[in-house]
Amino acid sequence: MRKFYSALKIVCYVALGVSLTALAAIVVNVLVNGAGKLSFRLLFGQYKSASPTVFPALVGTLQLVLIAILIAVPVGTGCAIFLAEYTNNKGKFVKAIRIATETLAGIPSIVYGLFGYLIFVVAFGWGYSMLGGGITLAIMILPTVVRSTEESLLAVQSGLREGAYALGASKVRTIFKIVLPSAASGVVTAIILSIGRVVSESAVLILTVGMVVNKVPETLLSPGTSLALDIYYFASHGYPNEAAATAVVLLIFVICLNLLASGAGKLIKRKTGEAK
Amino acid sequence: MKNFTDKTNISAKDCNLYYGDFHALKNINVEIPERQVTALIGPSGCGKSTFLKIFNRMNDLVEGCRITGEYKIGDVNIFDKETDVNLLRKNVGMVFQKPNPFPMSIYDNIAFAPRTFGVKNRYDLDAIVEKSLRKADIWDEVKDRLKKNAVGMSGGQQQRLCIARALAAEPKILLMDEPTSALDPISTGKIEELVDELKKDITIVIVTHNMQQAARIADKTAFFLLGELIEFGDTEQVFTSPEDERTERYITGRFG
Repeated sequence: MRKFYSALKIVCYVALGVSLTALAAIVVNVLVNGAGKLSFRLLFGQYKSASPTVFPALVGTLQLVLIAILIAVPVGTGCAIFLAEYTNNKGKFVKAIRIATETLAGIPSIVYGLFGYLIFVVAFGWGYSMLGGGITLAIMILPTVVRSTEESLLAVQSGLREGAYALGASKVRTIFKIVLPSAASGVVTAIILSIGRVVSESAVLILTVGMVVNKVPETLLSPGTSLALDIYYFASHGYPNEAAATAVVLLIFVICLNLLASGAGKLIKRKTGEAK
Repeated sequence: MKNFTDKTNISAKDCNLYYGDFHALKNINVEIPERQVTALIGPSGCGKSTFLKIFNRMNDLVEGCRITGEYKIGDVNIFDKETDVNLLRKNVGMVFQKPNPFPMSIYDNIAFAPRTFGVKNRYDLDAIVEKSLRKADIWDEVKDRLKKNAVGMSGGQQQRLCIARALAAEPKILLMDEPTSALDPISTGKIEELVDELKKDITIVIVTHNMQQAARIADKTAFFLLGELIEFGDTEQVFTSPEDERTERYITGRFG
């Protein structure tokens, strides 16, 4: 039996080793290939087909993040408040919504992309546009925002709600002044991680924003690109160096967002006194 | 609606309460006098907390809870359609078993109820905060850290903060649901002294598991058993010469 346990331990260590090596290999590979090719010109320069830049993608990514968050956060938070505060947790209706959200969260992003394409590009006649892409991304991250916000709300001690009601606060006041602030750390963390997904998404955008890599979008209805799309474009159109450098930029973006997420979560927890 | 007046005697007539099919309170009739301390005692699950929560209608929040009977504070029927439940709760404060300070500053905790009812002026709020904290005898301990988070205080301080927070709404009645059961003896003593002081202005109903506590602070005592009110009377009489045998057995520690 002891032999079995020590063998099990070794298997776990090997598994850990394999995953860490794979992760490290990716990061190191991206950095080694790309870091040397990063330059100010690549980031902020004027796009020319001889020497392409990612400036349009930086602007585009920012626009997409803003559109997606501005839509997904209010809608998602509202939906989560409804689920957590206005329904009893047992009803069939709520169960159905919950199953639907979980299913939506698991749908491959290319399917969202196709949906966005059929609705915004074709049916609305917007053509490829940042707005269409941003809205599609919002729909894509909505289930995650709803689920994690709802969980944060449900984790707020019921004693706080009772305390607020007992002081004569209405339901709305209780939710917005007590429950939501108490859940803020979880909500903010979820939002930042969703931004990470928006930043790294490509399948949705191929079908909705049009991958126009050489122009900063003039309006929200113009086509454009994002960092993740640029990698795809550069790699498949004979710019391997630029693709590698863009991968570095994207990687740093995502790492920063993750650090920001845990940092913001902790900071809010300390401010609201959740963490002792 | 009828406004709450200075009359704060509480009455329950033919009180029956059900959680779904469970008959939790049975035919309770009681008149709780104003500006005194009334203790509700009895073994766990006897319905004393449930009974307490009728008077600020916290049971409204419990799913499947059904109440019949007539309940009055002064002349106000608290279940009347015209009675604003938020205004009722402003007038009938509550302190819970587990201290539940909001995760915000001490100042904002106290200012929560006044702000709910429209006090916005900074000077007015400052005055209410100081007055409430003084009444709850915690001003000296926290006056230099009003902006600090309330969650960082000790359990005893948190509970007195919660009392101050309830007092800031200027309630006429204070319901206390085992307010000292989570506290050490010194903090408990402070809260008992506080109750003694507060009853000059406020009607207090307190649920307690601690019979010495009931004997120390209550003017009236009500003994509950299995959802029934077995005995209600002057504390001294209930503790020294109870009329019902079950009360005597409980008080002398033979069950419960």
